[in-house]
Amino acid sequence: MVKVDQSKQEENKMLVAMTLIGGICAFFIVSAYLLTLPRIEKLKLQARQAAIYRVLPEAAEIQSFTKNKEGIYTISEDLKNEESIVAGYDESGKLVGVAAIANAKGYADNIKVLYGYSMENQSIIGIYVLESKETPGLGDRIEKDSAFQANFNSLNVYLDSITLLPLHPISVVKKGTKKNNWEIDAITGATISSRAIGDALLHESKVRIPIIFSQSHNFKKP
Amino acid sequence: MIQSQANISKDFIKGIWKENPVFVQVLGMCPVLAVSNTALNALSMGLATAFVLVMSNSMISGLRKVIPKQVRIASYILIIATFVTVADYAIQAISVSLHKSLGAFISLIVVNCLILSRAEAFASSHTVFRSALDGLGMGLGFALGLFCLGVFREILGNGSLFGYQILPGSFQPWIIMILPAGGFFTLAILLMFIASFKMKTLSK
Repeated sequence: MVKVDQSKQEENKMLVAMTLIGGICAFFIVSAYLLTLPRIEKLKLQARQAAIYRVLPEAAEIQSFTKNKEGIYTISEDLKNEESIVAGYDESGKLVGVAAIANAKGYADNIKVLYGYSMENQSIIGIYVLESKETPGLGDRIEKDSAFQANFNSLNVYLDSITLLPLHPISVVKKGTKKNNWEIDAITGATISSRAIGDALLHESKVRIPIIFSQSHNFKKP
Repeated sequence: MIQSQANISKDFIKGIWKENPVFVQVLGMCPVLAVSNTALNALSMGLATAFVLVMSNSMISGLRKVIPKQVRIASYILIIATFVTVADYAIQAISVSLHKSLGAFISLIVVNCLILSRAEAFASSHTVFRSALDGLGMGLGFALGLFCLGVFREILGNGSLFGYQILPGSFQPWIIMILPAGGFFTLAILLMFIASFKMKTLSK
């Protein structure tokens, strides 16, 4: 009988100790979370905004839009939502383009790339890689290589006026063989990563860009 | 008194040189190989680990009389995981891009065997002050080891240090040095030098 009591006592001791430690730990985690949250949110928002201004170089002001139930883009304040489309306006309030996020299947993992699209020129006017785990030194040159980035300063996405599908699909070509401005010069040694970006933009040009283009008037400054 | 003072400085120094976690104990190799590709990554990873070590060692030592023997490992892991989470939030609040480049390896500090081994081997049987010193010494030793690898790999693999170009533009970077294989090469080379140095001092 005494033995049973003893083991019961030990069990209780373990339970109390674990609960106590759990409580202390929870307190530390919650305080750290609450203390850092405002700053983390601020930094993330700043990073997102900086990326948007990079792909819309002429923009002075931005406004985000999300799709409503009828598939029409309406103003929202949800800049962090990845489905949002962000419109950029210059100082006179003229629409200079919109920024959206495309997803690509890279060599290592998904690549998330933000691109700027100008309805006026019907072309992509800049890209910025938001997330990628491509091989350092090879695939990650899609982020930094200036020659590769220059492909996207003006990449044509002319849409057929009736079907709203691209007239010339975006294609990735071997470095140095780019002839038309709907082609992308790949990076030597990073063909898969370059092609991933090309495929992602091709997909966007077939799916989202036609919608954006047909709703151009919705993105005008209110 | 002199005895205890000598002990205290020994608690701190041993982690940096005589029992260096990277070069002597060869513990916690996963982050050592994975995030030592640039000096900045290596240094921040080392300091984050040092922070977790100091905090978890102190708390474990403070609670050592309360923690029942049977559940000590579970308690240690709980405490370590707490401080890793705190470090994770802190790094995010310092720089989002740094947090991104360290990736999953911050959360993986939880399973770094160095931290658990210090908890079990030292903090569970010494005072809070000595445990904190032990954690600080071991943590700084770990950071130093990572930093050596990071400097070596960044210079050869990228021609830069802390992001600043230091080698002339004509230098063709050895890309392999910033890939995982380069981590193994660098670690092997450094371990070889340290072993040969030790052999020399021993034979004297």
